[in-house]
Amino acid sequence: MPIVAIPALIRNLTDGEDSVTVEGLTIREVINNLDNRYPGTKAKLCEDDRIRPGIGVYVNGVLTKVGMHERLEEDTELHFLPAISGGVLSG
Amino acid sequence: MAEKKEYKVIGTRPIRHDGVDKVTGRAIYGGDFQITGLLHGRVLRSPHAHARIVSIDTSRAEAHPGVKGVVTAQDLPTAADKMADLGEGAVNLKYLCDNILASDKALYKGHAIAAVAATNPHIAEEACELIEVEYELLPPVLEVRQAMEPDAPILHDNLRTSSLGETGDKPSNVASHFQHKKGDIDKGFDEADIIIEREFVTGTVHQGYIEPHNATALYNPDGQLTVWCSTQGAFTVREQLAEILQYPISKIKVVPLEIGGGFGGKINVYVKPLAALLAKKTGKPVKVLMNRADVFEGTGPTPASYITIKMGATNDGKITAAQTSLFFEAGAYPGSPVGAGAMCVFAPYNIENAQIDGYDIVVNKPKTAPYRAPGATNAAFGTETVVDEIAEKLNIDPLEIRLMNGAKEGDRRADGPVYPRIGFIETLEAAKEHPHYGSPNGKKYHGRGIASGFWFNIGLESSVTINVNPDGTVNLVEGSTDIGGTRASIAMQAAEVLGISAESVNPTVVDTNSIGYTAVTGGSRTTYATGYAAYEAAQDVVKQMKERAAKLWDVDEDNIQFADGEFSSINGKEEQISFKDLSARLGETGGPVIGRATMNPAGAGGAFATHVVDVEVDVDTGKVEILRYTATQDAGKAIHPSYVEGQIQGGVVQGIGWALNEEYIYNDDGAMTNASFLDYRMPTCLDLPMIDAVIVEVPNPGHPYGVRGVGEVPIIPPPAAIANAIYDAVGIRMTELPMSPDRLLKAMGKI
Amino acid sequence: MARKSHVQTTINGETVEFLCEPRQSLLEVLRDELHLTGAKEGCNNGNCGACSVILDGRLVNSCLVLGAEIDGKSVETIEGLADPEKLHPIQDAFLENAALQCGICTPGFIMSAKALLDKNPNPTEHEVRYWLAGNLCRCTGYDKIVRAVLDAASAT
Repeated sequence: MPIVAIPALIRNLTDGEDSVTVEGLTIREVINNLDNRYPGTKAKLCEDDRIRPGIGVYVNGVLTKVGMHERLEEDTELHFLPAISGGVLSG
Repeated sequence: MAEKKEYKVIGTRPIRHDGVDKVTGRAIYGGDFQITGLLHGRVLRSPHAHARIVSIDTSRAEAHPGVKGVVTAQDLPTAADKMADLGEGAVNLKYLCDNILASDKALYKGHAIAAVAATNPHIAEEACELIEVEYELLPPVLEVRQAMEPDAPILHDNLRTSSLGETGDKPSNVASHFQHKKGDIDKGFDEADIIIEREFVTGTVHQGYIEPHNATALYNPDGQLTVWCSTQGAFTVREQLAEILQYPISKIKVVPLEIGGGFGGKINVYVKPLAALLAKKTGKPVKVLMNRADVFEGTGPTPASYITIKMGATNDGKITAAQTSLFFEAGAYPGSPVGAGAMCVFAPYNIENAQIDGYDIVVNKPKTAPYRAPGATNAAFGTETVVDEIAEKLNIDPLEIRLMNGAKEGDRRADGPVYPRIGFIETLEAAKEHPHYGSPNGKKYHGRGIASGFWFNIGLESSVTINVNPDGTVNLVEGSTDIGGTRASIAMQAAEVLGISAESVNPTVVDTNSIGYTAVTGGSRTTYATGYAAYEAAQDVVKQMKERAAKLWDVDEDNIQFADGEFSSINGKEEQISFKDLSARLGETGGPVIGRATMNPAGAGGAFATHVVDVEVDVDTGKVEILRYTATQDAGKAIHPSYVEGQIQGGVVQGIGWALNEEYIYNDDGAMTNASFLDYRMPTCLDLPMIDAVIVEVPNPGHPYGVRGVGEVPIIPPPAAIANAIYDAVGIRMTELPMSPDRLLKAMGKI
Repeated sequence: MARKSHVQTTINGETVEFLCEPRQSLLEVLRDELHLTGAKEGCNNGNCGACSVILDGRLVNSCLVLGAEIDGKSVETIEGLADPEKLHPIQDAFLENAALQCGICTPGFIMSAKALLDKNPNPTEHEVRYWLAGNLCRCTGYDKIVRAVLDAASAT
C-alpha cells in the first residue's frame, strides 16, 4: 500500500504521525482515504479537488505532473512539498 | 541501470554545430532580428520603490513626432486574481500582469509603467520622458526582517500568509510559510556534544547575462501573433503571452533566436508582452530592447536572504541534528526560491533529526527570478560554514567530517525523499585525492576552504524529431534553446545510437509551431531530458530502418540486428548494410524515415559538487584574491566533457562573484545605486586563476547513458568555500555576503 | 531631429558610405544601418566589451564612438576576420577550446584578442588576462577563453 509522508504542518491532524500507510490506486484515492481516517487533511492538500497550487506531489522522490489521477504502485512513497519546476518555484 | 561502457561519440569533444556562426558574428540573437517596417519600443519605469499611481497622462508622448503608439496597464486585458498554470507551475495572473505594467501601485524602482513605440529608439526614449505620472509616495520595505515587523508598510493589501491550507487573518508581507520535519529534533540536539548556531545574511544578486532582454512582435491582420526573441523556453513564453494577453495559444508563434545567457533569468517574460501590445496598437512590427539599467532594475534578481542555522554533532563528528529557518525575499510579488533552498539546505548530509522552516516574503525590489540552482547557494552558505566550524572545533579534517556524514544511496533527505544512486562521496574522494588538497598551505594570510553543494535537477517535457537524409546524415529538430552547447550534447546522443559521427547530425532549434512541447532550458535538464528524447527518437529511427532492411532482404524484422552503424541479418543468408548505405535506399523501401519521441523522464538524479579554494587576504585593503580553485562534480556521464567543464568553471566564477563582489546596493529611498556593470562589478578574467574542473562519473540510473544535469550545482559551494578559506587565512568567520573589502575590514576591526 | 551627416569610411577593407544622426553611436550604425550585427550591445556604456571593434588599429568599444567620428577611418569588425575558405586562427582556437557557451560575448573577445596578438604575438597568461579584462563573459569563467587566446598565439 502507498505510504504518505505527512507534511509537518498538518501532523496535528494525524495524531502526530509523520508517515502513514493508506490504501489507494491513485493519488486521489489515497488522499480521500487519508481524509476518511484523518478528517481535514484533504482540505489542506487540495483546493477544488485538485492539488493546491504551490504544492508538488513527489512519487518516490520524483515530482508528478499528472496530479490527482496519477496511478500508484505498491509501496509507493508520497511526499507533498513546495512545487518546483524549470528551476522555478511557483508562487 | 546504466553501466560504464565504451562509447564512440559520447565522451569525445567535437566542435559544436553552431560554433562557426557564433565565432563569425553571423548567429542571429534576439536583438539582431530585423524586419521591414520595424518600430522601436522603450519602457518608462518607476523612479520610486513604493508608490501609488494616481494618474498617467500619455498625451504629450503620443503627440511627439515619430511616436506611433503608447501603452499602459489600461491596455492589458483585465487580469483576474486567479491562478494560471503556465507549465512552470501555478502563478497568480494579477501579479503576473501587474509585473508587466504596474496598474495601481509601483512596487519597485524600475517597475514598468508605460511603453512607447516610435520610428527610432531615440524618439521612443524622448517620448518616455514626456509621459506625466503622478505618484503618491509610500515608504519602501527592503529587507526581510524589516518586512516582518508588525508595523511594516504592506505591499499588497490582500496578501495573507498561507501555511499549507491555513490563511492568516490580516495583511502581511509574509506570503507563505512551510515546514519540513524529520526525526526528533530535540533528541538530536540532546545527543550532541557540540552545538553551533549562527545567522547568515546574503545580498540580492543578478544573473548578469550579457545580452539584455529583447523581443520583436508582429500581429498579422488575420490575428496571428509572432514573437521573435531570446528566451530559455519558447513554449513558456507562448503560455505566458496567452495568459497575459488573454489570447489563444493557437494564434501565437514564438520563434526563439540565439540567446545570450539566461541562468534562469530568461524564463519569465518582461518586454515580450509589451512588444505584442505595441505591435497590436501600431499595426507594425515592434522591437523592444532593454538597456543594462533596465535589466538590473526591471528583471528578476535572485533573492537576498536571512538564514539561521543550528547544527549539533557528537565528539567523534557525527551530525545528530540540524535546524534552519530560511527567510527569502520574493521581491515585489510572492514566489521566491525558498522551497528549493529548503530541499537543498541539508541535502549533502544524512542527518536523522532535522527541522526546516521556510518563509517567502515580499519586499520593494524587482520580483525575483530563478538563478542557477535557485535558493541553494544562499542555503549552502550557511550550512557549509557551520559544518566547517564543527569540524574545526572537533579538530576533524573538513573533508573527513563530510565523508563521515555524507549522503548515500538509500539515505533520506530532511524534506523526505530517499536518494537513488548518487555520487556525493565520490566528489569528496576526488577532492581528497586531488594534488590541490595535498599541497602546502601555510603562508601568512593564505587560507584554504572547502564546501559542498547539492542540486536536485529536473526532467520535464522534451520533444525531438529526427529526419534521415539520403547521404546517411540526419536532421535533428528540437525545442530546447541552446545556451551553452546543448545542440552538440543532444546531437551526440542521437549519433551514438545511430552509429554515426557527431558531425553527421544537424541539430536545429525551432519555433513553437514546429516541434512538440518542450520545457525550458533550465533546471539542468536539457542534456538529460532533451538528450533522452534524442536517444529515443534515434531508437525510433533504428526500428524503422530495421523494417527497411528487412524489406530489402525479404526477411523478418526480428532477424535484423543493428550494431556499430551496420544493419545485418542474423538468420538465413548473411547480409550487411551500413546506416549510410541504407539511408540512400529509403525511397525504394517505403519513403522517408522520421523518428520521433516525446519524454517527461522521471529519473533526473541529483548532482553533487565539492570545491577546494585557496585565497590570500590583503589585511590592509580587505581584498580577497583567489589563488587556486578546484571543483569536483558528479556529472553522471559527461557527454561532451569540454562543455561540462565549461558549466563547472562558469558556475564557480558566478559563485565567486556572489561571494566577493556582487550585490544590489540600495539607498534609503529604495533605489538601486549600482545598476551598471561597472558598479555591480562581476568578475573579470583578471580577477581569476584557471578553474580546475574535475569530472566524476557515477552514472545516473535514470538515463540510458547515465547523464545527470551539470549546469546548476557548481554555483552553490563557492561562497561557503571562500568564507571557510578566509577563516583559515585570518581567523574571521564571515557570515554576510558579499564578503567585500569593506565588510572584511569591518570584521577584522580595521574600520 | 538633427540633420543626418554623410560618412565615408572603410569597413573590413571595403569602402562604405552611410547617413547617420549626430547622436548615433558606431555600434548603432554598424547594427541598425549597415546590418553588421556581429558587434553586440551588452551595456551601451563601455563596461562589457561585447561591441569591441578595431578602429584604425586600435581596440575600441563601438558604443563609445560616434558613427560620424569614423569618417575617413578604417574599421575592422568580426564579420571581416575569416577568409571565405577558412576561419582566423583565433576563431579556430575558440572552437577547439570550447571557449564559448552562449556566444554573445564571443565576437568582442575575438576582436580584443586580435588587437592583443597584433601588438604582442606571444603574451603570457597574465598579459592575456590583463588585456581581456575589459570584456565580460558570464558563462565560461574565462578559463577556456584564456587558453584559446594562448593557443592562438602559439599557432600564429
